[in-house]
Amino acid sequence: MSMIKAHHLAVSYGHGDNAIKVVRDVSFEVAKGETFGLVGESGCGKSTILGALAGRNRQWNGSIEIDGEAIGQKRTRAQLAKQQLVFQDPFGSIHPRHTIGRTLLEPLEIHGKDRRQERIEKVLTDVGLPLNFRYRYPHQLSGGQRQRVAIARALILEPTILLLDEPTSALDVSIQAEILNLLKDLREREKLTYILVSHDLAVVAHLCDRVAIMQNGEFVEIASRQQLLENTVQHSYTRVLMDGSRGYVAGAHDHLRRRPRTSLPA
Amino acid sequence: MAKSGTFSSLHDWLISEDFTSSRQARLHSVYLGWLSLVANPLAFAGFAVVLLLIIVAALAPVIAVHDPFAQDFLTALQAPSATHWFGTDEFGRDVFSRLIYGARTTLYITILVTVIVAPIGFVIGATAGYLGGWVDVVLMRITDIFLSFPSLVLALAFSAALGPGIENAVIAIALTVWPPIARLARAETLTFRHADFVVAAELQGAGTGRILLRHIVPLCAPSIIVRLTLNMSSIILTAAGLGFLGLGAQPPMAEWGAMAASGRQYLLDAWWLTTVPGVAILTVSLAFNLLGDGLRDIMDPRNG
Repeated sequence: MSMIKAHHLAVSYGHGDNAIKVVRDVSFEVAKGETFGLVGESGCGKSTILGALAGRNRQWNGSIEIDGEAIGQKRTRAQLAKQQLVFQDPFGSIHPRHTIGRTLLEPLEIHGKDRRQERIEKVLTDVGLPLNFRYRYPHQLSGGQRQRVAIARALILEPTILLLDEPTSALDVSIQAEILNLLKDLREREKLTYILVSHDLAVVAHLCDRVAIMQNGEFVEIASRQQLLENTVQHSYTRVLMDGSRGYVAGAHDHLRRRPRTSLPA
Repeated sequence: MAKSGTFSSLHDWLISEDFTSSRQARLHSVYLGWLSLVANPLAFAGFAVVLLLIIVAALAPVIAVHDPFAQDFLTALQAPSATHWFGTDEFGRDVFSRLIYGARTTLYITILVTVIVAPIGFVIGATAGYLGGWVDVVLMRITDIFLSFPSLVLALAFSAALGPGIENAVIAIALTVWPPIARLARAETLTFRHADFVVAAELQGAGTGRILLRHIVPLCAPSIIVRLTLNMSSIILTAAGLGFLGLGAQPPMAEWGAMAASGRQYLLDAWWLTTVPGVAILTVSLAFNLLGDGLRDIMDPRNG
């Protein structure tokens, strides 16, 4: 059964003559428990698709179905709780003047949930943070810890879908792996469906089952993880992207090898 | 710094960032604020004077040695002496006692205006900034209209229309003080309007009221509190100005501006009648300004 169905989705910003169509016409389905990747260069519209799915951007045409239910431009609270967004920048996505406990309590209050303290303790444990972190302010936490808080806030409403907007690009490389593994564990444990936006093909290959490659607001290809790993992608633009990420690594490697040993600083 | 056992353990508990309760987290930030207030001598001086003003106003009947309203023409216009520390006025009333009771009036006007102005300014400014569009245009043009009146003249017009008296003076001053607060609240709101944490709250279904009160207020509060504290001196000055012109507190009520005004006729013979309330107005205004400046250093989110 497909969890997310988008049919001829087009998203624009601005009004009247100034309107800019950022996403032209994309259709895709994401199965329950699947992780769907969106890859492309900056400005190609991948975050905009996520915004439309999350309810952030309301200027879209076409149809969106989430969990079998057609979604309109305006959503009810229950519809909003079905999917939650995890932002790119963990330094800007948590209220600086709220303690972590307050940040996690807020969605529970909005939705009138019961057993609040119990839920906060569970979600903190789920994302691997100590329970006394709930009394801390965001400025007392590291970037990785903040991203865990952001994930906890997204999870506390028990959504079925997590929309991940480059969740690791603002983090240090060693922390990136931690967060990716956390996301992997959570997907298995909570039976979550993910849509992951990234420009890092390594991250995408680590987490995603299928990847849509975007250019100028359209999908040029939907490739499977197998295709990415075996380098059997069809479209030339996908090849360019893949060569780009590989060429960068290879170039760096050559550069290190070519450096003469004698010139190394003592 | 040498501290006794209980104090140093309390200090350690307050300074530690290893919180075990949200109460400790809150006390921690209050305590840090207090430490930086103490470390800033000018701001602390302002704080001390404001605290003194509050104590004097609260304990006025105990501190005042004479009845501030008791007239005695035999002792009118006496120079400062041991019995009348700041002399007596033209009706023989003790200036020191009237000064003490005047602190009550000053504090009453200042607090009342602030309490009226803070929520009005915040609601108008934050609503305009958050909702944007035509709501923003309408609310901000109204604010502009109020801003374009000279404040003392507007206050004068209102107290003249409503009739002289301290309550009307409060309303008149409040009308002139709220527009800058609204502008500040709008500007602050605009900087946070599209922040990810506000969007996150929206995507979780938070309504406009909740976002304004729970998410925008805590961020705007520091700069608005600073602005209000700095405003208190101008409130005191406007109140004194209205009192001086006879549109504020009415006789026989003790009010510093009115006291300075009535002493004007005897300026050459009895300098203390205008000097004493004048110095009081100067001191308290200066104290509020210093405190406001210090609070800005402590509370402004851009410092921490």
